[in-house]
Amino acid sequence: MDALTQRAKLVDRRPMNWLEKIYLWEIFKGMGITLKHFFKKKVTIQYPEEKRPFSPVFRGLQVLNRDEEGRERCTACGLCAVACPAEAITMEGAERLPGEEHLYREEKYAAKYEINMLRCIFCGLCEEACPKDAIYLSETFAPANYSRKSFIYGKDDLLIPDPATQPEEYAAAKGLLDKRKNHNPDLTKTNELK
Amino acid sequence: MTLLAFDWGFALEKLVLIAIVITVSLVVAMYATYAERKVAGFMQDRLGPNRAGPFGLLQPLADGLKLFFKEEIIPSNSNKFLFILGPCLAMLTAMMTSAVIPWGGKVELGGRMVDLQVADINIGILYIFGVVSLGVYGMMIGGWASNNKYSLMAALRGASQAISYELAMGLSLIALLMLTGSLSLRTITEQQIQGNWWNIVYQPLGFLLFFICALAECNRAPFDLPEAESELNMGYHQEYSSMKLGFFLFSEYINMFISCTIIATLFLGGYDMPFVDEAKLSGIAALIVGLVALFGKTFILIFIFMWIRWTLPRFRYDQLMNLGWKGLIPLALFNMVITGAIVLFTMKAH
Amino acid sequence: MGITQLLFWILTILTLGSALMVIFSKNPVHSILWLIVTFFSISGHYVLLNAQFLAIVNIIVYAGAIMVLFLFVVMLMNLNMPAAPLKKKWLKFAGVLSGGSLMLVLIAALKDTESMRREVLMQTGDIGLINSLGMVLFKDYILPFEISSVLFLSAMVGAVVIGKKT
Repeated sequence: MDALTQRAKLVDRRPMNWLEKIYLWEIFKGMGITLKHFFKKKVTIQYPEEKRPFSPVFRGLQVLNRDEEGRERCTACGLCAVACPAEAITMEGAERLPGEEHLYREEKYAAKYEINMLRCIFCGLCEEACPKDAIYLSETFAPANYSRKSFIYGKDDLLIPDPATQPEEYAAAKGLLDKRKNHNPDLTKTNELK
Repeated sequence: MTLLAFDWGFALEKLVLIAIVITVSLVVAMYATYAERKVAGFMQDRLGPNRAGPFGLLQPLADGLKLFFKEEIIPSNSNKFLFILGPCLAMLTAMMTSAVIPWGGKVELGGRMVDLQVADINIGILYIFGVVSLGVYGMMIGGWASNNKYSLMAALRGASQAISYELAMGLSLIALLMLTGSLSLRTITEQQIQGNWWNIVYQPLGFLLFFICALAECNRAPFDLPEAESELNMGYHQEYSSMKLGFFLFSEYINMFISCTIIATLFLGGYDMPFVDEAKLSGIAALIVGLVALFGKTFILIFIFMWIRWTLPRFRYDQLMNLGWKGLIPLALFNMVITGAIVLFTMKAH
Repeated sequence: MGITQLLFWILTILTLGSALMVIFSKNPVHSILWLIVTFFSISGHYVLLNAQFLAIVNIIVYAGAIMVLFLFVVMLMNLNMPAAPLKKKWLKFAGVLSGGSLMLVLIAALKDTESMRREVLMQTGDIGLINSLGMVLFKDYILPFEISSVLFLSAMVGAVVIGKKT
């Protein structure tokens, strides 16, 4: 059978020769190795100042998307909740009233949309299930907190910033989403459905 | 010595010197903890502490503060007095050794000759051995007073280790003493300054043996069995918390500093700066050059201590005893015999 | 009273007090610790007599090595019994009697010896310094010295042999 990798090394079981038996020379060899590492480039990343770039397929906290005019895309169809294997998503639908067209994109919208981040396993199935391009996984993760309650994220926490009031934040978040879409072509296929 | 304390200027001078020596050893030990963590980090491709202050230089203070604010726990069935005495003894014996180290030559300061050695007694090396042999008590009393069988066992382990390696240490020094013919550290240093070579050239094997024994006496890796956390259920300071634990850990670093200074003095010429003729320099300049030389050598040795710690794995207890009794003691005896023969046949004029 | 006398009296009181505490303390570990204090104060006396070598050797050998072995044994035997069993009355009486008569004999024997009448030299004299001690050991007492060193060497070799067997 061939070895899976070429890195396997045979263990040398020959009896020790005199130089190895007095042990001192081997100590000096070992100390040479540690000294070599002493002058090597360090691998530490200084975390709060310096951050490692996330992988483009990283699955972090969910984001509820808006369209270009700042209207929420979610129609509370419940497909994400059905797809969710951890049953972390709950929502309540509501009918759009006249005069709310600038807030919601279609006639029905989610009045309440909650994800329990303690249940969520960040599998990304909600993202794949959504026919309306409304939910995406982002590149952040849930920060630590003191209470369980605070891990139930509502719409305030999940919605992407409004392009009308916070254009810069929206552009930043949007850019991340677009990058993600470009990397996962199967996510974009739902866009044609609208 | 204290008998001459009628001379108040002398007493004051010695008091100031003692205060300086103790402060310096404390500061050096403090920064040795920082250096230890930095060296460990660098050898493991990390950066080590770098958050408290610039380059993490305030880290020892932060560590000390943390230890001070930890809860003080004294086991309910322990002997309270001895429990507190243990770390104090460890600290005391660590400090006491510094009394006979010559930190520099004699200097004229304000009209009087100031000797940069707390006590130039003619049995300096024996004094060091005396204090080192007492270092066992801090460990044993602390371990016994904890009323915990694991602490007690670790204390016994540590004590028997210390006693075993003291023997080899003493034997390795006897060969050196045959060459110097004096037990005073001052005389040994001055001989090295006047002679062409440092003692390490005449006694390479003795130096190696003494160095290994110093590692064992300081409970430094690979001989740090008394405080092996994972495999031996920690050491004699298992029941200690707060600053009493800090004392035990800190005394280890003071011991390391002092023993590095002693190695530098005995084998590496003490305050003798290589390639510089001290006799041509003025008093203060010679003093500064000497201090720089001594501390430079000491710091290099401390670095080697740390380097060894972060390279070698710990000995098993039987390996440790084998090395001490069957390896180092016969080697030291051999070294002694060879040196004795050479001294007898070549240096008859002594 | 000079500082030497003062130190002498302090050390004497310390020696006798700690020696008594060796006998009177109930816990054997405490007895050993008091014994160590006794050795230290005796070493202090040696220093006062300008015998620094003897002082430090006393500390190295007795306080540093033998007492550690004592501590080993006592700690491992775990002698922390709640109370020692009461001795019989006549046993106590016999103990006092024999101890007292031993003291009497010792005092009677030492009372008229020559060394008691000699003046004690403080701070002077070099009999306890390492050079003169070495001269005496290697000139006048060379044979006993060598014999005892051979004895120690054989003890050490024996210990190694026993250690190798197991």
